[in-house]
Amino acid sequence: MIYKISDNIISPLGYSSEENYENMKKGITKGAFHQGTFHLPEPFYGSLLNWDEVESQFAQLPSNGVRYTRFEKLAILSAHKALEKTQIDPSSKEVLFVLSSTKGNIQLLENLDGFDKNRINMGVSADLLGAYFGNPNPVMVISNACTSGVVAQIYAKEMMEAKGYNYAVVVGADILCKFVVSGFQSFKALSPEQCKPFDLNRRGLNLGEGAATIILQKADVAPAGSLCILGTGNRNDANHISGPSRTGEGLYNAITAAYASGLVEKSSLSFINAHGTATPYNDDMESWAISRSGLEEVYTNSLKGFLGHTLGAAGVLECVISCHALKEGVILPTLGHETKGVVKEMTVNTELRKGNGTSFLKIISGFGGSNAAIIYGIK
Amino acid sequence: MAELFIQSAVRITSDQVWVNGEKVNITHEKESAWLTDIYRHLEIQYPKFFKMDNLCKAGFLASEFAMKGTNLEPSEEKRDWSVLLFNRSSSLDNDQNYQKTIADDSNYFPSPAVFVYTLSNIVTGEIAIRNKIMGESCSYIMEKFDETQLYENGLIGLAEGKGIHHLLIGWVEYLDDKCDVLLFHVSTEKDGNTICPWNIIGIKKYFI
Repeated sequence: MIYKISDNIISPLGYSSEENYENMKKGITKGAFHQGTFHLPEPFYGSLLNWDEVESQFAQLPSNGVRYTRFEKLAILSAHKALEKTQIDPSSKEVLFVLSSTKGNIQLLENLDGFDKNRINMGVSADLLGAYFGNPNPVMVISNACTSGVVAQIYAKEMMEAKGYNYAVVVGADILCKFVVSGFQSFKALSPEQCKPFDLNRRGLNLGEGAATIILQKADVAPAGSLCILGTGNRNDANHISGPSRTGEGLYNAITAAYASGLVEKSSLSFINAHGTATPYNDDMESWAISRSGLEEVYTNSLKGFLGHTLGAAGVLECVISCHALKEGVILPTLGHETKGVVKEMTVNTELRKGNGTSFLKIISGFGGSNAAIIYGIK
Repeated sequence: MAELFIQSAVRITSDQVWVNGEKVNITHEKESAWLTDIYRHLEIQYPKFFKMDNLCKAGFLASEFAMKGTNLEPSEEKRDWSVLLFNRSSSLDNDQNYQKTIADDSNYFPSPAVFVYTLSNIVTGEIAIRNKIMGESCSYIMEKFDETQLYENGLIGLAEGKGIHHLLIGWVEYLDDKCDVLLFHVSTEKDGNTICPWNIIGIKKYFI
């Protein structure tokens, strides 16, 4: 059995999972209008880190003389904060590190800032992450567009099961810069205001930046009350490189694959944490996949209204928050949602409410036709 | 763990193509684009090829050689196939092109058609779309080609109980006119097309 033993989130809502979770329960968002940021000609609405704060947090970590980029500091800081809550020796070969990111240090393309050009390679950042903690194993980067964070957890689980690793430290991180924001703007994918997942009047997504870490352990029997990974699925739409299948085919197949393990029943679901980016296509597609899976009556939320879409961090970050909510018996609301407006039946959760089940389903989809699903349940 | 089999091995460099260890003669003129020459050699009609960035073109071409040996139609749904690709530079070759479109404030023209290729997993999507591959897809980044990692990912990609029986798995790297591709079709079943078992020796043998 693979189960979660620690976690962390670094975002505009705080520097620990608990702080982020509590702020979401209070309905707090740090989304804001940004004009002139990154020298972009057009403004955007997004959720940005306070980098002075991040730098001062990072400065409190043990120094090894290496100069790190912002992206690397974020990943190291998150992993460090998750590790310090455990007894794990990260320099042990029993520990596997996995890094999830879509663009890593891509801002160096604009200005190398004294770094070598090969620092743009995400594998270099991954190696530096492992080296910071003295870890002897290769650190794989999972860069699978928006699904990276969930696919990285699936990869960690499968590697732990197949190999001798007893622990995995899965770190997801992405930062915003001109490259990323201008691209989403060119796609006309960004909402000019607070995003509205699954809403009739949704106008696109909000971008966000941050990092999140989940530490997994392997054991024959998971301790009572622990959060176990009970099913996973990764399926491609084979439909379009920048648009989801209209009927949610790949996501439906990923959900079906996740339940094929037979370790968990749909009837145990407390809630579904959807991708819910608030783009017209994504949210309609998810409603298709949810209703095709027979889950239209299960409370479903999207956390994008709190922190925006944190890209390679999102799949990890949203699993961490959902784990805390499941453990507390709570279902978080879908901030920004007012009037349901998706093509198929689903139950959008709009208020903070009690949850009854013992599992949640996280779903996520992205460019390249990728879709992923992961089920966590309380043992 | 059950034994797995290499059904085909495709190697594409900046000036050579090998299929199952045998060199393929591609007609190449100095002034023409190498990847376009390979496309012409294949004698296929797939206009989407010309919209792709170089990384996708390189991966797509390798997958065409790999799929030729299967006798499966591209339009046939392949629910038990996955595409798992590794490389070093992610989509940097195209990222550099995109950066040029936003670098100059007086000549700012970010294009969605270029931006969409700034993700390393788009090539897995292009191959999946062409061949209706509906199993897993993933893009992995590592700084150095590591045959052990490739081998192990093949094992977990075809682990029992997943419902996946075929992989297109390999290293698809393209940066600054340098092409470095090694793509395998790996299957859970041995048949007349099997060229060798899926193991590190097999992987190294075709990394020409």
